[in-house]
Amino acid sequence: MNAVKTRLEFRDVAVGKALRARLQHAMERAGREISVMHVCGSHEQAMARYGMRASFPRDLRVQMGPGCPVCVTDAPEIDACIALASQGVRVLTYGDMLRVPGRAMSLDDARAAGARVEVVYGANQVAQIARESKEPVLFFATGFETTAVATAALLLDNPSDNLVVLSAHKWVPAAMEVVAQTPESRIEGYLAAGHAATITGYGLFEPFVERYRIPVVIGGFEPLDILSALVLLTEQVVDGKHEVVNAFPRCVTREGNKKALAAMHAVFEMGDGDWRGIAHVPSGNLVLRKEFERWDARSRFGVELAAAPEVEERAAASECRCGGIMSGLAEPSDCQHFGKACRPDAPIGACMVSTEGACRIWFEHGIEGRR
Amino acid sequence: MKLPFSDESIGMKHGAGGRAMRALIESVFMDGVEGEAALMDDGAAIPWGDRFLVVTTDAHVIKPIFFPGGDIGRLAVSGVVNDLAMMGATEVLALTSSVILEEGFPVELLRRVKASMQIACREANAAVLTGDTKVMGKGEVDGLVMSTSGLGVADRVVRDGGLQLGDAVVITGTIGDHGLAVMSARHKLGLEGALVSDVAPLNLLVRAAMLAGGDAVHAMKDPTRGGVVSALAEMAEKADLGIVLDESSLPYSEAARAAADLLGIDPLGVANEGKALIGVRADALDAVLAALRAHPLGARATCIGRVVDDPRGAVLLDTGFGMRRLFERDGEPLPRIC
Amino acid sequence: MCLGIPGKIVSIDDMVGVVDFWGVRREVALHIVDEPVVVGDYVLVHVGFAIRRIPPEEIDNTLAFFEELSAEDLEGVVPRPRTEGA
Repeated sequence: MNAVKTRLEFRDVAVGKALRARLQHAMERAGREISVMHVCGSHEQAMARYGMRASFPRDLRVQMGPGCPVCVTDAPEIDACIALASQGVRVLTYGDMLRVPGRAMSLDDARAAGARVEVVYGANQVAQIARESKEPVLFFATGFETTAVATAALLLDNPSDNLVVLSAHKWVPAAMEVVAQTPESRIEGYLAAGHAATITGYGLFEPFVERYRIPVVIGGFEPLDILSALVLLTEQVVDGKHEVVNAFPRCVTREGNKKALAAMHAVFEMGDGDWRGIAHVPSGNLVLRKEFERWDARSRFGVELAAAPEVEERAAASECRCGGIMSGLAEPSDCQHFGKACRPDAPIGACMVSTEGACRIWFEHGIEGRR
Repeated sequence: MKLPFSDESIGMKHGAGGRAMRALIESVFMDGVEGEAALMDDGAAIPWGDRFLVVTTDAHVIKPIFFPGGDIGRLAVSGVVNDLAMMGATEVLALTSSVILEEGFPVELLRRVKASMQIACREANAAVLTGDTKVMGKGEVDGLVMSTSGLGVADRVVRDGGLQLGDAVVITGTIGDHGLAVMSARHKLGLEGALVSDVAPLNLLVRAAMLAGGDAVHAMKDPTRGGVVSALAEMAEKADLGIVLDESSLPYSEAARAAADLLGIDPLGVANEGKALIGVRADALDAVLAALRAHPLGARATCIGRVVDDPRGAVLLDTGFGMRRLFERDGEPLPRIC
Repeated sequence: MCLGIPGKIVSIDDMVGVVDFWGVRREVALHIVDEPVVVGDYVLVHVGFAIRRIPPEEIDNTLAFFEELSAEDLEGVVPRPRTEGA
């Protein structure tokens, strides 16, 4: 198997054109507007990178949901890290998290003021840094289930005593439930994230489709993966079906990666949490189990996430529409500040800061939406 | 059309080769300036008898100073020779070299840099004829900063604003090699592989293209900082025309393609130091491509797009799955490595 | 936190593999990959960890499925990607 050739075959333009025609045909049969949702920043990035939105059928709305882990990380969690960094603790974070504002400032602002905040690219890098340091090292662990397993692996592999983890990991299927339960939601189908499903398996969507009678298709990230998944999803909506279909079998199975899941469940338990912009998500947070207390920032540093001090938010911040955008109720271009007062170099909300945020992706690719 | 500028202090973005830098130059340096300088081309052309003298200057602050495929010395020589070549001055009369050294900088490294400059000069049929040396205290400057100037002569001046409707847009080789190689080295990304800078003097390559195309060669620019996107955006803006690129025709080395995927970076926004963009009248495209490909530095020269009249001032990419507009970044792209 | 990227294992040392991503190489942790892997296997990598051994036959299956799905005469017959028996 020639790997280079194969990778490019997933980007075959002629096949893409045929799939688009099939999608168009399905929408013609529907004869109405259909809204579906995806829940992964990487899907939005892929669609933007290939200019796909411009070629979707007019009446097919593909909304981005709460698929940006940085965007949904709540301000108190960020503020807790900033507080610790300002007290002299060395803080490690994934790059995207650096510039997201807490209530008053971001980790980057803290760094500019002298705090030791460093960017890491992987959990194994964190382990190494902790091992080479004599003082406590705080890892601000953000990300969804795919990233959480790396943190779990880190904590199961003889972590050094000076490693402290503040888990802000989140579990996307819980947020999908919240969106599906929202009365105003017009979402008729979900494109599930292929890499998260590589870990979790697609079996967990079976009760979901039964309960809400909405189809779920698991999709990969090459352009043909996305198009074929959208075809399968849209046709189900048009035909009134509600099945779970795995359109990414090279990475996703029904049971998922049992080893990774076992690691994740050994280290984390589900807890209720507040997702920034979406408010309460039952069982939406991945919280360190008691057995890992000595590496947990909540016990080591007495961090109490709910009790962050009230700080007056900047006026424009209260007009930020990130929450609505992440719930699929609005698009970036619906926000009055999009591209004007809110830009990557002067962001108001997390959706413009994070490279996986809908607003940032739309801005950088000049996507205009339906305005 | 003047870019808006209201910054009160210099930020890193002002050095990144994109809109912020152009806005700074327009507003601060070009304020009240007219004539040749106001064209803000890669160099300045001065009529000299029936030919033109072309002069250009460049400064180099690259880190690390030795990177896969090159070093600051090779970059200094190539950068200046290429700016001259982009104006049509492929005959280099003289180069100058100023160095500002930090106290403590190893002499051995300096010898290596100079040796590399000599090799680059030989490749360009050029020579450094004069220079200057300064030393600053430890911490007052970062290692080694170089400034080079070049003087060349051209029979015909080619402007970066000279694109015409219907022109073919050619690039002389693979995209993104330098920027990705340097990024990988600078951020110690642990990427081992074939990522190598393309830094090289292009004057002889360009001479071949100009001989083949004659006055059908309408515009040239080298896509250094800010990458192909920045260079084309500037060319489109100055010509008040649009450019549509065909993604399937963009040439990449396998390593650059892989690194860009891994880093989440668009190679179109990343610096090239051994490539040129050439706008050529459509009927001369084949001749120019043949001349480029016959030269070792132009083996992968290819047509990557066309000049259109709608939308004006914009650069679009046809991905095969849809069209998207390419925008210049304000600052350096940051890697998001997994 | 970004996309999972597929690459080929070129060497393994205990729980660490060197993975080749089309000419660019990186060290990858093998603690949580779903099946035992050997040199030559393709894996999906995310934040420095291999999370899935990609069966080569699945790649061919998927490409064949795309062809099926994009064929024009399939009114009413919805192809499904072939899944593993489960």
